[in-house]
Amino acid sequence: MNALAAYQTSSGEAAQFWVLAIFAVAGALGTVLMRRSVHSALCLAGTMVILAVFYLANGAYFLGVVQIVVYTGAVMMLFLFVLMLVGITATDSLKETIKGQRWWAAACGIGFGILLMAGIGNAGLKDFNGLAAANKPGNVHGLAELIFTKYVFAFELTGALLITAAVAGMVLTHKEKTEKPLSQREQAANRVKEGTHVPPLPAPGVYARHNAVDIAGLLPDGSTSDLTVIKTLRDRGQIRDVSQEAVNDLAALENRTSAYQGRTTLPGQAQQDHQRAAAEGADKAETEKEVTK
Amino acid sequence: MNPVNYLFLSALLFTIGAAGVLIRRNAIVVFMCVELMLNACNLAFVTFSRMHGNLDGQIIAFFTMVVAAAEVVVGLAIIVTVYRSRHSASVDDASLMKL
Repeated sequence: MNALAAYQTSSGEAAQFWVLAIFAVAGALGTVLMRRSVHSALCLAGTMVILAVFYLANGAYFLGVVQIVVYTGAVMMLFLFVLMLVGITATDSLKETIKGQRWWAAACGIGFGILLMAGIGNAGLKDFNGLAAANKPGNVHGLAELIFTKYVFAFELTGALLITAAVAGMVLTHKEKTEKPLSQREQAANRVKEGTHVPPLPAPGVYARHNAVDIAGLLPDGSTSDLTVIKTLRDRGQIRDVSQEAVNDLAALENRTSAYQGRTTLPGQAQQDHQRAAAEGADKAETEKEVTK
Repeated sequence: MNPVNYLFLSALLFTIGAAGVLIRRNAIVVFMCVELMLNACNLAFVTFSRMHGNLDGQIIAFFTMVVAAAEVVVGLAIIVTVYRSRHSASVDDASLMKL
């Protein structure tokens, strides 16, 4: 019994292992399989927290805390930060550039996993000493003793590595400006010189009805002017068009009135007129867009 | 439970991470899979440390964490730089040196 106990962990730890291992593997699979990279990052963060619990269960108290602070705290936040920078909506394209790459990769992964697990299964891992003796003066104490005696050179090299990484991070993300940005006065002078849009650009919105910034203002003929919406919204295609709203409301009203009065011919004609007007408005907007380009 | 199960879990996580590196094409997700592999290795180190009853395995795991933190800083900076010049974080698009 005693000999057996030396090879075994407590049943409480076994239960913890089996419950959490399932979630850890699920999180790892989620990291690989989720299409949105933000979901991948969250799955990975979950797996890392579970690994921290496993470190604690294995007697690595210092590493368990460091895992939570450094990995789920700092590293995953850095990942999320870069994800936000690069574009949160970016999903992986599903088009395969190399034919059958996904299946070959999955097959290689399964083969590699079988090889690795068979290796561990066949290894003679008979001794299980436990950390009770090594952790006796305290886990942090024991680690510090090793770091500052046996591994002190590696520790110093680590310091050099961290400084290099910090400098590299700054150098790589630094953006060199090759020319001086134009000041407001120079931009105004340029506009006058080129003769384009000397007065301020027209304001967005339709007076007395909609004045939101994403609504294009109307030209005298009822068509919309893209110039009134700021460039960012224009590039994203987030312009709301309300120019047809009043026309549609009028058509609906006419329809209801004619249905009430029992007429049938006139509203159709009226609608046709409206449609023709709308088509002309669209043509007008098209030509205006070309001009702005 | 035999603590060897921790090693099996570590092998499984490492395999999933490796498959992810091969399958995914978003550079950031590939990087996350690399992190997963590093973490799986750390779990193996910690388990070995417990099996052999000394703290050397935990020291190695500690150094792995430090190196991983430095690697993340440089790697993400490279990804941001590539994204700035190409407006894409896909590893397929960075193929300028391909024949």
